[in-house]
Amino acid sequence: MTARDEILAAVRRALADAEPTHAQVSRAYRDTPPPPDPVALFVERAAEYRAHVVRCAEADVPAIVAAAVGPTARVLLPPGFPYPVAGQVDTGETATRLDDFDAVVTTAALAIATTGTLVLDHGPGQGRRALTLVPDTHLCLVRADQVVADVPAAVAALDPARPQTWISGPSATSDIELTRVEGVHGPRTLHILVIDPA
Amino acid sequence: MSGTFLGMPPFPVAARAALADTQLRHNLAHATGTIRAKRADVVAEVDNWEELRVAGAAIKDNALRSLDATLLRLEKSLQDNGVTVHWARDAAEACSIVAAVALSHGVDEVVKVKSMATQEIGLNEALAEHGVAAWETDLAELIVQLGDDLPSHILVPAIHRNRAEIREVFRDRMAGAGKAAPDGLSDEPADLAAAARAHLREKFLRAKVAVSGANFAVAETGTLVVVESEGNGRMCLTLPEVLVSVVGIEKVVPTWTDLDVFFQLLPRSSTGERMNPYTSTWSGVAPGDGPREMHVVLLDNGRTRVLADEVGRQTLRCIRCSACLNVCPVYERTGGHAYGSVYPGPIGAILNPLMKGVGDDAQTDSLPYASTLCGACFEVCPVRIDIPEVLVHLRSRVVDAHRPGPPSAEALAMRAAGWVFGRARRLGAVERAAGLLSRALRGRRSLRWLPWPGSLWTGARDLPVPPRRAFRRLRSERR
Repeated sequence: MTARDEILAAVRRALADAEPTHAQVSRAYRDTPPPPDPVALFVERAAEYRAHVVRCAEADVPAIVAAAVGPTARVLLPPGFPYPVAGQVDTGETATRLDDFDAVVTTAALAIATTGTLVLDHGPGQGRRALTLVPDTHLCLVRADQVVADVPAAVAALDPARPQTWISGPSATSDIELTRVEGVHGPRTLHILVIDPA
Repeated sequence: MSGTFLGMPPFPVAARAALADTQLRHNLAHATGTIRAKRADVVAEVDNWEELRVAGAAIKDNALRSLDATLLRLEKSLQDNGVTVHWARDAAEACSIVAAVALSHGVDEVVKVKSMATQEIGLNEALAEHGVAAWETDLAELIVQLGDDLPSHILVPAIHRNRAEIREVFRDRMAGAGKAAPDGLSDEPADLAAAARAHLREKFLRAKVAVSGANFAVAETGTLVVVESEGNGRMCLTLPEVLVSVVGIEKVVPTWTDLDVFFQLLPRSSTGERMNPYTSTWSGVAPGDGPREMHVVLLDNGRTRVLADEVGRQTLRCIRCSACLNVCPVYERTGGHAYGSVYPGPIGAILNPLMKGVGDDAQTDSLPYASTLCGACFEVCPVRIDIPEVLVHLRSRVVDAHRPGPPSAEALAMRAAGWVFGRARRLGAVERAAGLLSRALRGRRSLRWLPWPGSLWTGARDLPVPPRRAFRRLRSERR
C-alpha cells in the first residue's frame, strides 16, 4: 500500500465511530457594524505598528515620495506603476541586484481598517513579491476607496489564485524577551500614502 | 547542530531541575507576563471574539470529520496548481522525501521558515545526515540552532534566553555558521536583530531550495498560508527556486473564506497583535514570481492516531498559537524543556501522548499530570480545545494502560478509600478517628509533614486537618 492509501485508510478507520454530519458554521461574526470612518481608523492603526502614514492628494504623490526616500536613493518601481515617480522599473533583476536598491514604491490591492493592514496581490503596480521584500524601504500607495472595514471584507474581496502578501507595519520581531523590534529581514521602514479623492 | 529531546526524564524530574534555575524562572515570568497582557488587550477590543472561537472550532471540526475527502480535495487543488504532492506516514518518510528533493537539485544547504512540523520530525538532523545543512531563519530558531539548544516555546522557541545570553551565543557561534557577528555587539534587542539580518541575508540571497511548513492549507483552492513577523518567511517563500512545504494533515481548512476567522483568531492569540506583520498566501507556482518548483508533503506521524481518540480528536483543531502556554501556571514556572518535546505546555501535555500513544514510555505518560486542571488554557484557546477534559481523559488512559502491572501507591490509596466509602459504618469509624486526631492537634488547621507514606502527599502540599465532628454526625444530632 502506498503512504497515501495507508494514511487515507487510517483516517477512515479513525472516523468510523464519528458523527458524519457537519456542524453549521455560524457566520454571524461577519455582521459586525463597520467602523464609522474606516480610512481614519486605518491610518491610526497602521501608525501604531510604527509605519509612517500620511494622507495626501494624488497631485502631491511625487513630492511626498521624493521627500520620503531622499535625494540619493536608488528607487525601484514595479511595471505598471501608475504615478509619476522617479525610479527604475523592475525588469526581473536577481535578488542580489534587488539588494542594491534603497527603496521600492508600489500600490496595493486593498487595505484593512480594523487591523491597519495593507494587502498586495502582486498585480500591475505592485510587482512580484521579491520587489517589496529585499529593499530596505517600502513606500505603499493606497487610495482611500480601497480601504475595507475588516478582515472578512478583505478575504471576500481577494482572489486566492493570486499570491498575496498581507503587510501590517514594517518587519518586526519579539523574539528577544518579547520586546518588539521593528526591522528584521523585510523592509525596516514602511511609508504608507493614503490618497484622498480629488 | 541542535540538541535532542530523546531520553528526557519524566516531567516531575525535569521540572525539579527547571524550578531550581532562577534565571530561567525570571526570564519566563517576564516573557509570559508581557505576552499575556498584550493578548488580553487585543482580544478585549473584539466584540464578537466568542463567535469567532465557536466558528473556528466548527470549521476545523468539519474539516476533520471528513478528513479523507478534505485531503483528497486539497491534493487535487494542489496538483491543479502545479504542485507535486507527497504523503508521509511518519517522520522518517517525510525527512527522506525532503532530502530527495534537495539532493535532486544538487544543493548542500536549504533555508527554513519556522515550522513546528519540521521540528517534530527532526528534519534538520535528517538533512545533515545527507550532507545538507538546514539554516533556521526565524530569529528565535536561529538562537536555538546556534546555541545548540532546544526550543522551549511554540512561538518564541528561545523564550528561556535573555538578551545577555543571546549576545553570547551570537558572538561565539555566528562565525562558525556564516557571517560573523559585528565587533562590539551590544545586548540591545535592535542590535541583536540587526546582526541576525546581516548574518542571514547572504544565505537568503544564495539559497536554491527552501523548506517551510504552513499555518493553513485550503482544500478548495490549494492555497498555503504562512503567518510570520520578521520577513524571513517571505524571503524563503519568494527568493529560492524550489519550495518544499511540510504540512500536517490537520492543517487543512475547507474554503478560502474560512480564513477570515483564523486571520482574526491567530495573531491576537499568538503574539497579541491585531495582525502579524506578514502573512503570505500562495496557490502553486505563479509565473515570474517566486519558486518555479513546489512540493507539499502531507504528514501523518501520529495524527490519525489522535483522530481515532473520540475525546482527544478535538486537539487536531490546534492552530499552534501558544496562548495556552502563556497562561499556564505550570508552564510559567517550569518552562518548555521539562515537557521533553517540541510541543510544550498544556497543548503539549495532550498532543504528545495522543500522537505517540500511552503505556510505552514513562516520559509521555507523565505529561497528562503536568497540570493543575485550572482551565485557563481552555479559556484562552482560540479554537476551544477543552484541554482539561482531554487531560483527565488521558490520565484514565495512562492508568488503564498500566492496569495489568502491580498497582501504584496512588491506586492502593484509592482502593483503600473506596473500601472505606463503601459502607456507612466504616466511614463513620474513620470520621470518629479523624475527629479524635483533630482534637489532639488542638486547633491546628493544617499539617505540613506526615511520616511515610503520607510524606508522598505532604512533600508538595499541606494536609488540611479534618473537622472535629463530621458533617454526617452533626446532621444526625440535629434531628
